[in-house]
Amino acid sequence: MSDFSVIGKPVALVDAAGKTTGQGKYTDDLSMPGLLIGKILHSSYPHARINRIDASKALALDGVVTVVVGADAPNKYGILPVGHDETALAVDKVRYVGDNVACVVAETEAIAEKALELVDVEYEPLPAWFDPEESMRAETDLIHEQRPQNIEKEYHHVFGDPAKGFAEADHVAEGRYIANEVTHAAMEPHSTLASFELDPQTGKPGRLTVWSSTQVPYYLQHKLSIVLEMPMSQIRVIKPLVGGGFGGKSEVIPLEIIAAVAARKAQAPVKITYTREEVFWAHRGRPRTIVDLKTGVKKDGRITAVAAKVIQDGGAYCSYGVVTILYSGALLGALYDIPNIQYDGYRVLTNKPACGAMRGHGTVNVRFAFESQLDEVARAIGMDAVEIRERNLLKPPCITVNGLRVQSYGLPECIEKTAERSRWRERKGKLPRGRGLGIACSHYVSGAANSIIRSDMPHSTVNIKIDRDGGVVVYTGASDIGQGSDTMVAQIAAEALGCSLGRVKVVAADTDLTPIDIGSYSSRVTFMNGNATLRAAEAVKKQIVQSAAKRMGCAPEDVVMRGDRVWKKSAYPEGGPEAALQAAPPDAPTVSGRVEGQILRGSVQQKRKEEGPKDQMSFEEAVVSAIDFHGALTGTGSYAPPVEARGGKHKGAGVGPSPAYSYSTQVAEVSVDEETGEVTVHKVWAAHDCGRALNPVSVEGQVIGSVWMGLGQALQEEMVWKDGLLMNPGLLEYRSPSAIESPDVECIIVESVDPEGPFGAKEASEGSLAAAIPAVANAIYDAVGIRLRESPFTPERVLAALRAKQADAKRLQLSGKVDPTHPETFREHGGSLSYRGRGAARHPLDPAIRRKSGAESEPKPEQGAS
Amino acid sequence: MSKVLLKLVVNGRPQEFACEPNQTLLDALRQDLGLTGSKRGCDDSSCGACTVQVDGVPMLACTLLAAGCDGQEIVTVEGIADHGSLAAIQKAFGEWGGSQCGFCTPGFMITVHWLLGQNPNPTEEEIRTALSGNLCRCTGYNQMYSAVKAAIAAEQRGKVPR
Repeated sequence: MSDFSVIGKPVALVDAAGKTTGQGKYTDDLSMPGLLIGKILHSSYPHARINRIDASKALALDGVVTVVVGADAPNKYGILPVGHDETALAVDKVRYVGDNVACVVAETEAIAEKALELVDVEYEPLPAWFDPEESMRAETDLIHEQRPQNIEKEYHHVFGDPAKGFAEADHVAEGRYIANEVTHAAMEPHSTLASFELDPQTGKPGRLTVWSSTQVPYYLQHKLSIVLEMPMSQIRVIKPLVGGGFGGKSEVIPLEIIAAVAARKAQAPVKITYTREEVFWAHRGRPRTIVDLKTGVKKDGRITAVAAKVIQDGGAYCSYGVVTILYSGALLGALYDIPNIQYDGYRVLTNKPACGAMRGHGTVNVRFAFESQLDEVARAIGMDAVEIRERNLLKPPCITVNGLRVQSYGLPECIEKTAERSRWRERKGKLPRGRGLGIACSHYVSGAANSIIRSDMPHSTVNIKIDRDGGVVVYTGASDIGQGSDTMVAQIAAEALGCSLGRVKVVAADTDLTPIDIGSYSSRVTFMNGNATLRAAEAVKKQIVQSAAKRMGCAPEDVVMRGDRVWKKSAYPEGGPEAALQAAPPDAPTVSGRVEGQILRGSVQQKRKEEGPKDQMSFEEAVVSAIDFHGALTGTGSYAPPVEARGGKHKGAGVGPSPAYSYSTQVAEVSVDEETGEVTVHKVWAAHDCGRALNPVSVEGQVIGSVWMGLGQALQEEMVWKDGLLMNPGLLEYRSPSAIESPDVECIIVESVDPEGPFGAKEASEGSLAAAIPAVANAIYDAVGIRLRESPFTPERVLAALRAKQADAKRLQLSGKVDPTHPETFREHGGSLSYRGRGAARHPLDPAIRRKSGAESEPKPEQGAS
Repeated sequence: MSKVLLKLVVNGRPQEFACEPNQTLLDALRQDLGLTGSKRGCDDSSCGACTVQVDGVPMLACTLLAAGCDGQEIVTVEGIADHGSLAAIQKAFGEWGGSQCGFCTPGFMITVHWLLGQNPNPTEEEIRTALSGNLCRCTGYNQMYSAVKAAIAAEQRGKVPR
């Protein structure tokens, strides 16, 4: 179909063998002579002043080298320039259960663990804030002194004329939707190894090398420079294999800084690896989000206006919070044509681990609310859920009311294909009771058009070197975290240079070797690093073509590079690369090696002189002649998003704009057991517009993985809190779905071929997540007629909703504290029907205590209504 | 605590070393023998990334004492390659996208290796049940089933006399 020889074909990831054989090295697999182990002491209080830390007993223990405390590195940092509110270790106070207090460095992990118990910390507990709406009313005991009312940031955006829009609507729906907190739970716990080398000139510790499980090695280098007060040029960050990120490693996590500070103090290399429980405390996941949403529609299904008030429970530090709350509003646009939008967003601080970026950053919970409500308004005006979505399509190329530029737009095809494959029109509404279909759409950016630190500098730069052995080495800063970016880079370089994939070697994510790429987040890597790779490859190709043209006696335009050979156009066989491969002489080398010796002896040059002009040559010959001609064969390419794609001028306009958006539609088929409240997803049809699928097997993997993660959030994943203490900090308790609970996901790839993407490609890894949750919610409504407005849709919530629907039903005869029909107290227990513990100690002035001491003001169990 | 002397056969090679009585098999493999293929994902037997075969049975090395395995045969992910080439299941996981970040993959390799040893032609239901003790956070498992089926097909092709 398409005229490509490498891209568009399913290939194994270039690092797959290392993963399946166990040979690949992740950070925790690394070691070095004299390596010490660091263990972090975490706060047991949600909010407390630290009066004193006494580490003398710990230091007296055999094998303990040093104990690091906040004063060892008090400089503040944070991933956003506006949010520098973290220190490596707590300096004056702790702000959540699990906050970092001290780090013991010892010869073994066992000794370090023992020493942790000997560090004596005197805390002075402070009132703590756990509920965002309560926290927003705070006047005293602020979490950060510089943030009045514990509000990290608020935005109020008006686009178009929402009041007029709602006045024109024939039907207006309003509702509150709550999505509870979820976390990445990447399989690899965070790990960092830091080592200083001695400077031969001064004899003192000089350069620092850090190996870390990170999605953002260059940001880590920057933050280390701030905290350690070292120039960035003296810090080298290397990203080994990373065992999944999903956003959890897209900012600087405390252990990364602590390991470096510890290595400096211990004067030896130090490795810190989190336990799984510590990973849950490090968190940076998707915040609990309260969405008050209002949608107006005409009878013909056209949306006239949308108003959203969003409150995010951001946890104790800013993290990516300002960006998250902006994404929640900005990406109300660019999916459908909405003429009037009002957005009020509040990012609120609470005494819980900080929330940050997680797959589908900022968009997921609002999309759940929006797509659920769209289903509600469709029913209210008697319109099919597919049809109302088709009535509100954008007409690209266009710029949305909130300033987002949309070019390629595969949403119509996504809707059509999912409806077709799921046989929506034949089956919708005709399934037996208890079984239903639901549809929802979503979208996501292919990289943010504005980087965190605003500048006009490129977001990605890639270097390519080809040496006389004919091997292509690509130096890219892109951070492969399992999504396959190394493979993507190799494929693009191979395609552009007309060579085989095996010829390309990728050197990635090492701040000393590779030019900057700002990291693997906001689904930017294929679009931005891919474009930079393509440009670098084209720069090299130009040089090869130039010398080959001279050599073959033709114009540069008449040179074709394909199938590991360079052809004169007139000699290029008809039928494309496959025919070209067959037409190539049987002894033509397909990988370097075989002619290396000859080239080094210069025999190819000699041979060339004897033969005179020809009409095709091997890749090696072409490379040697180009090196002859130019002196060296290297190329550089970089990518900065075009100015037109960078968005509007209003405050907060920097977040949301992207050079391209991906589009998704999903249909979920579920059944609901009305006795147990259990929801089973039988199948999901998921269409995703990724522009062009460079590696279809990877695209499918990313789409299925996104849908699956969305299903986890929809049905079972939830961080359960009790007085700031996480009740389920383990993979079994958190209930990430296993093979048994995971349904068949049919991935449908839609290719809209973006005009600016590398070979037309856009993002594929995040956009599909958001649609899964509302698709399930809508399917549940279709199955049993209950509208669930709080995720996850656990059996308790389903049962509560079923019960609430039956007006004459008997109330649950449970104690008031655990009755799911009392949402406030129910939530306090996180939906657990059995937990009755007290949780962490609280200050007498704590609002929760105050509320309880308000005598019997807490809701009493209501007696059976019948 | 004084160390105990331990004899294991790991991936077919006899190993003799001293370890703390409370050391887990996972730490012994990773730290004493340098076999870092088996991963620590959870510390509490929830995730399966540390799965190894002990005398032919898949076990979770993170909650198994090394000293308790004295004299037993251990197979780790480093021991399942096919005479220097990728085993069918290793190749299939790469080709079918059964492995993304790869951190859980060693555990899956051991589990699938065991499954196919027990039951050369499992149904999809049997594959799902066998894999349910290993968590993956990237793939949603779908592509793993394709990989397992492809590996079975490849094995069967390989058995056809040439």
